[in-house]
Amino acid sequence: MAQGIWIVAEQKEGELRKISFELVSEGKRLADKMGQSVTAILLGSNIKEKAPELGKYGADKVIVADDNRLATYTTDAYVSVIAELAQKEEPAIILLGASVQGKDLSGRLAARLGVGMAQDCVEFSLDNSNLVAKRPIYAGKAYATVTFKDSSPQIATARPNVFELNEPDESRSAEVIDAAFSLDDSQLKTKVVEVIQEAGDKPDLTEAELIVSGGRGMKGPENYNIIEELADLIGATVGASRSAVDAGWRPHSDQVGQTGKVVSPNLYIACGISGAIQHLAGMSTSKYIVAINKDPEAPIFQKADYGVVGDLFDVVPALTEEIKKIL
Amino acid sequence: MNILVCLKQVPDTETQIKVAPDSKSIVTDNIKWVMNPYDEYAVEEGLRLKEKFGGEVTIIGVGPTKVTESIRTALAMGADKGILVDDPALTGSDSLGTAKILAAVIKDLDYNLILCGKQGVDDDYGVVGSNLAELLGIPQISIVLKLEVSEDGSTVKAHREVEGGTLVIEASLPALITAQKGLNEPRYASLPGIMKAKKKPLDVKTIADLGLDASEVGESGAKIKIMQITPPEERLAGKIVEGETPQEKAANLVKLLHEEAKVI
Ligand SMILES: Cc1cc2nc3c(=O)[nH]c(=O)nc-3n(C[C@H](O)[C@H](O)[C@H](O)COP(=O)(O)OP(=O)(O)OC[C@H]3O[C@@H](n4cnc5c(N)ncnc54)[C@H](O)[C@@H]3O)c2cc1C
Repeated sequence: MAQGIWIVAEQKEGELRKISFELVSEGKRLADKMGQSVTAILLGSNIKEKAPELGKYGADKVIVADDNRLATYTTDAYVSVIAELAQKEEPAIILLGASVQGKDLSGRLAARLGVGMAQDCVEFSLDNSNLVAKRPIYAGKAYATVTFKDSSPQIATARPNVFELNEPDESRSAEVIDAAFSLDDSQLKTKVVEVIQEAGDKPDLTEAELIVSGGRGMKGPENYNIIEELADLIGATVGASRSAVDAGWRPHSDQVGQTGKVVSPNLYIACGISGAIQHLAGMSTSKYIVAINKDPEAPIFQKADYGVVGDLFDVVPALTEEIKKIL
Repeated sequence: MNILVCLKQVPDTETQIKVAPDSKSIVTDNIKWVMNPYDEYAVEEGLRLKEKFGGEVTIIGVGPTKVTESIRTALAMGADKGILVDDPALTGSDSLGTAKILAAVIKDLDYNLILCGKQGVDDDYGVVGSNLAELLGIPQISIVLKLEVSEDGSTVKAHREVEGGTLVIEASLPALITAQKGLNEPRYASLPGIMKAKKKPLDVKTIADLGLDASEVGESGAKIKIMQITPPEERLAGKIVEGETPQEKAANLVKLLHEEAKVI
């Protein structure tokens, strides 16, 4: 019978990403309820030394697939290795991150194994050891609670920044196992030919704890310096409304909303954003929302924990100055 | 170059979603149904490649009769023909079920490239593309912002958006690409285009036509079951920060963020 929970860890250039620890933490909580173990699957090149970190967050075992063809994620190589391991070991549940990588991997893996997959989940529970997953639909305008049928393993992806991290236990160690797999070059049909890094080391919007966003009220791309100054000061990532993106002021990757990124930071500061339904869909799960808008009737105030009615060109720089005083 | 575009019809993004009394579906009265926004980018990219390389763009939809409206929109933009799979047995299909239906349509077609939107803005699964690529045994590149097909039409190079950067990925054709916003600026259907679209072929097929068994698709074949649909937690308007001047307001806001919310 299928046993145990697997989580697929994520690494970028040899460093484990935060979602990996979120997955182990949630996997551990579920495994404890089932009386089973958590195994982390770690793919990469020269990556084995990272395995113990996963143990500290709750992994009982780490299966490491080390191969230079696994250094950077490709669909073909990763699906091939994980599917082979899963067919051999038969885990009951596989959790992945609802990151760009996890979302690409999860669908193909589920189709290869012929099982169901629940994408971008924000809550997991168990019904007699069967996974029950809650996930936003219509960009969070509603939630669907789903279960699996004829699926072993049950596969789900977890939204980044939602699941609480366990307190790392320095004394805890995981059993580290070298994976046996057969990765045939003829299966590798896609090739990464270039990696273009964005400047700066700010976390991606989907993973950011703090976000400062500017909309059409910014009036032009040159004015984003006041947003950037505030963001730099508090270590926030900069976002934008679709209007600002479509006007060419900001790159597409900055767009928050139903047809952009769905974000759930601790703090979302919306500057000169009216609060259209499509924008709200992308940021309503933020823990705290601040709106800065000169129109007291702007719909964004209906969702904001703290609203500042005023001209953002006065309020944002003043805010930066006031924060400097407490830092 | 023959291009297939998979198309979904979804509620307009303006729609306020209401949970139906059965708690397993949404209220569909008065919903305006539109082509999935990401599929517009897929259709547009298909048309641009056809303009460069020649060949045909075929639109494939799965769903009830009203989906023909969105397929006609794509034909009015310039696609050549449409196929709709419409069968009562399809109700309740999950992503894998939908991909099976699409794969059954596609296995008899001659194609070089399949384009899909990166996700439907209704269920937000974003996996029909990768499910389909797996069933067809072809490479996939998802969330694509830029696409280049080699002059001889044998390979694609795609820019794929990832956290904090872009990956440039190469694959040989046939392959499946999922479109991200930013890939292009979709054209509007012109009036002559709309007139012409009325005469373009649009085949309607049932699952029996495709040789599929009703147990593989629809609710009976679905591996994911919806138990319940719930509205989001209501977010209530909070405080308006007091102050006579921008400085005072800023100072009061910082106090709240620091002492009450404890987020900075
Ligand atoms: C299919 C579809 C998908 C969409 N997806 C998205 C999406 O993903 N994300 C998204 O954001 N939008 C999306 N939209 C667009 C959305 O409908 C709105 O048009 C958009 O969000 C508005 O952006 P905005 O708030 O920046 O601009 P506006 O609505 O023009 O608001 C600007 C605000 O700035 C305020 N302002 C102006 N000057 C100042 C000042 N000096 N100081 C303070 N405040 C000021 C104004 O009072 C106003 O409230 C989508 C639309 C469609 C049709």
